[in-house]
Parts: sequence; C-alpha cells; structure tokens
Amino acid sequence: MGRYRDNPQAIRALVRRESVHRDVYLDPELFELEMEHLWRNTWVYVGHESQVSNPGDYYTTQIGREPVIMLRGADGAVRVLPNRCAHKGTRLVSAVQGRCAGGALRCPYHGWTYRLDGTLRTVPLKSGYEGTGFESCEASRGLPPIACASYRGFVFARNAPEGPGFEEYFGDSLSSIDNMVERSPEGRLTVAGGVLRYLHNCNWKMFVENLNDAMHPMVAHESSAGTAKRLWEQSPTSAPMPMVIEQFVPFVNGYDFFEKMGVKVYENGHSYTGVNFSIHSKYSSVGEYERRMAEAYGEERSRRILGEARHNTVYYPSLTIKGAIQAIRVVRPLAVDKTLIESWTFRLVGAPEELLARTMTYTRLINSPTSVVGHDDLHCYRSIQEGLASGSNDWVSLHRNYSPAEEAGVAGTYGATNEVPMRGQYRAWAQYMTLGMREG
Amino acid sequence: MASATAHPSDAALADFVYQEARLIDEKRLDEWYELFTEDARYWMPLTRGQPEGETHTSLFYEDKLLLKVRIERLRSPNAFSQQAPSFCQHVLQQPAVEEADEGANRYLVRTPFLYAESQLDRQLILAGVCWHHLCCIDGALRIRLKKIELLNCDAALPSIQLLL
Repeated sequence: MGRYRDNPQAIRALVRRESVHRDVYLDPELFELEMEHLWRNTWVYVGHESQVSNPGDYYTTQIGREPVIMLRGADGAVRVLPNRCAHKGTRLVSAVQGRCAGGALRCPYHGWTYRLDGTLRTVPLKSGYEGTGFESCEASRGLPPIACASYRGFVFARNAPEGPGFEEYFGDSLSSIDNMVERSPEGRLTVAGGVLRYLHNCNWKMFVENLNDAMHPMVAHESSAGTAKRLWEQSPTSAPMPMVIEQFVPFVNGYDFFEKMGVKVYENGHSYTGVNFSIHSKYSSVGEYERRMAEAYGEERSRRILGEARHNTVYYPSLTIKGAIQAIRVVRPLAVDKTLIESWTFRLVGAPEELLARTMTYTRLINSPTSVVGHDDLHCYRSIQEGLASGSNDWVSLHRNYSPAEEAGVAGTYGATNEVPMRGQYRAWAQYMTLGMREG
Repeated sequence: MASATAHPSDAALADFVYQEARLIDEKRLDEWYELFTEDARYWMPLTRGQPEGETHTSLFYEDKLLLKVRIERLRSPNAFSQQAPSFCQHVLQQPAVEEADEGANRYLVRTPFLYAESQLDRQLILAGVCWHHLCCIDGALRIRLKKIELLNCDAALPSIQLLL
C-alpha cells in the first residue's frame, strides 16, 4: 500500500501555490497514478492525419503506456482504437505504420477480425461460442473507440470515457496550431523528414517544464550556442550568416530578450512563449515563400501570419510545438525516470522546399540525440533526477514572479522569465490527477 | 597520418580509415578536423537507404563549421554534459576498398564497426557500417563524405556525445 493511491488529498498536498514536492519527479507510485489518471483524463496527442492518408492506413503509438492504433476508416474518419485484441489481448498490429489488408484488422494469434471502426467482424468456428454468454460479454463488443478529436489534422485522444471536452480543455491555445497550419500557402501540413527518437533519463515533467523556461538558455546553452556565436564572430568571412549560426545564436541572447518575448498562459497547463517575438523572429526571409504566402492570403494577413513567431507552445501534458519552424515534440513517459521525446517535422504544403530544409536543420541541431544543445539540457534533467534524491529540502521552488492574484486563475500574459507556466502545469497536474479519484 | 601517393594502395586506404578512428578515440580532434575537405559532410542518416540529408532529418549531418562548433564546445568549461568527460573506442573490421577511380580521384571504403562511448558508469554500444568517400589532395587522402549507417538508426537513442 503506497502513500498516494486512493488518497487525492495527499496528491493535492504535493502542489503548493509556488512550489512542488520532489516526489512528483521521483516516486514510482505517483508515476503509476499519472498513467492511470492524468494521462487518461487529459487530451493526449496521438498523431497527424497525414500519417494515415487512405482508408485502412494505421499508425501505432501509446497514450501514456496504453498501446493504441490511429486508423482511417472506410468512411474516411480517423479513429483511435486500443491496440489490443478483445479476445486475449494480442496487439493487433505491431508495425509502426501500415495499411490493413482486406479492409480489416486481423489478430495474428486466433484470427479474430475487426472492421475499421473497431467492431468485431468474425471469429473462427463461431459455433463454439453458442450458449456461452459470449454475445453479452466485453470481448463481443470489439475494440471500444477512444474519444478523439482532430484539430486541423492534429489528432488528440482522451482515454477516460468522462472528462473535459476537447475545445474546453485547450481553449485559445489552439491558435498556435492555427499559425503553424496557416504558414502553408495552402493551409495544409504533412508529416515529413522522419522522426527523431531521443531517450531522456528523467521524469517527463522536467522536459515539459523546460520548454517555456526562459531562464535557462543563456546558462545551459552557453557552451553550444555561445561557441557557435564566437566562432562566427571570429571568422574573417564577409559571407552571409549561415543558417546554422542564425539558428544557434539567439539561444544565448540575454535575460532582457527572453523576458520581453513574453509568455501567454492558459488554464489546464498550456502556455506559449514568444508573444511579442522569439528566437525564430530574425531568420532570413525566403522571397519566393513570402510571395506565395501573399498570393494565398493577401499582403496584410500573410504579414500577420509570418509575424507571429511563437517560441514553444505546450499542450499539456503530451505535446509541444514550434509553429514558426514546423517542428513538434511528443512526450512519451516510459518510467518515473525515463522519457522518450519524439521530434516530428512537417512540410508546409505549397511552400518552397527551402523551408523544409530549414526545419530539418533546426530539428537536427536541437532535437537529435547528437545535439550539442540537447546534451546540456539532458545533463541538467538527469542532474535534477539525481540531485533531488537529497533529502535536504523536499520542495522545488517555482516562486519567480509569483503573485497571489494567480489563485483566481493563471491565464494571462506575463514577462517570459516568470515561472507561472510551471505553476499552471502543476495546478493542472493536481486537478487531472485527482479528477474522479475516489477517496480511500 | 597515412601518407598517400597520388595513387593510394588498398593498404594505404585501409590505414587511413584506421588512423581516422584512432584520432577520434585519442581526442586529437584538431588533427581529425583537418582530414576533411572544405566542402565535406559528416553524415549519420536517420533511416535505412535515406537518399539525402537536406530535406530529411539525420542523426548527424554536419559541415566543417558544425564540426568545429562541436570540437570547440567539448573544450568549453561550460560543456556541462562533459562533466565527467566521455571517452570512446572504435573497433573496426578490415576496411574494404569498394571503389578506386584514380582518374576521377574518388575512393570509397566500407568499414563495419563497433563503437563504445562511456561516461563513468554508463556505456553505450553502437554498431554499423561506415562509408569513407575519399580523395587525394596534394598527395594526402582527405574525406569528402563520411557516412555512418547505424544498425539501430530507428531506435530510441540516448545522448551520443562524441563522434563515430
């Protein structure tokens, strides 16, 4: 018997107004409860519709630790189904992606087949089930569809049957997805360029917190971005700044820059930095792209779309996006101290190929397991994971710019060095950890 | 370094590959850097059979400038992930000369490898095949492209901090 199961009061007590108990990063029981509650009660990113373009196409992933299939049905609708045969539990498909042969899912073990909407189609030697009560059991109902919603191609699912509605959960934070999609002259994105899969030796929440932590780049990334900046400044060339330098250098901008870029915080743990400008604002322009954008949207609207250069948007708890560079990072918790971060990238349909090349350069510099930027981030995460074993202080401070006015709600716009995005995340954490949790 | 004539023998090509790996393992990275031509690429694709590195993500796809940043960073006192430092060891199979075109000044050498990278109690072992695309400049062999095909390129990987 652990300390936290069936004890919502103890869970809520881990989150103070301006600090959080170290157990949230360290305690395996809390991790189990996160998987059972937080990651089921919230809307978790599953995949992008362009990964399943045709009826029968599937993509397999997990929500928390539960295996799921994202599948396009015969009716063209995208559904999220459990990847578990209703019979004995075999995963129905094991490839990462593919197409269902014969328009059905067929279990590799006993050959049960399912329609693409998850309903049970056939069971071999069905007569063996006569008079057994099978027709009224759970298995006969097939694969129960998981609540899912597609927002402009981005598919999210909420594994719990009851919970907040999709729009209610994300609210206006969805405007960051709008901006990424509108950066395509045709208003369309497709997954492109492969997926980087980077293992982090840390609790998943450290990664999520870091995305809108504007106080770390100038310290943690001095050795990488600072070195790039110095090398470029020392080089005798008068050539234009290479793309890689353009992408590295803003990481070591000063506190003033990061403070003034601003952060917008929403309820339910969501936020984005870069309200006013961001590290992506000063990338050199691509004339042909701007021409196509102006043609598609008109000069003024096109300028507005491209002028919006948000830094990171956190869709708590599972997704972070960078609309300005068309890259997203998907959070897959594996254990209390182990997290897989998947970096996916997108083609702006109708834009010159140069834009895709820029996206690829950025994601490789920042999100690859070989990234010199990532190495120092991961070092810090791992150091926290190990450092917090110290019992010298149970509490992790999130006090920076705390105001009692937050008690009425965290939504608002702030200077970006404020730790309010993290305080907002832990309010949501306590709420969705304990939603509907019974008292022991 | 392997001195090569204008017409390097198979043995000289193989020796170059061994020496190149040794420079990395011994952290003689300035000497290693000089082995690359000015327009060289150091490439570790993300997928099997990946045709190029511009419009598809790679694990590494570095020009000389990025290699320089990497080497200089390793020396920075603020390279926190290198406290404690990492060390690496290549174990190479006999390099095979796949192509030797003296007229075009193009040499291609294929070398299966094991690579270990260690940092205190952690050790990462990787395997793959390395392709050296070489040429002769002023009588010395130089790398135009070093392409590293990782056996588990599609796996979830931890930090790879040094150079394969």
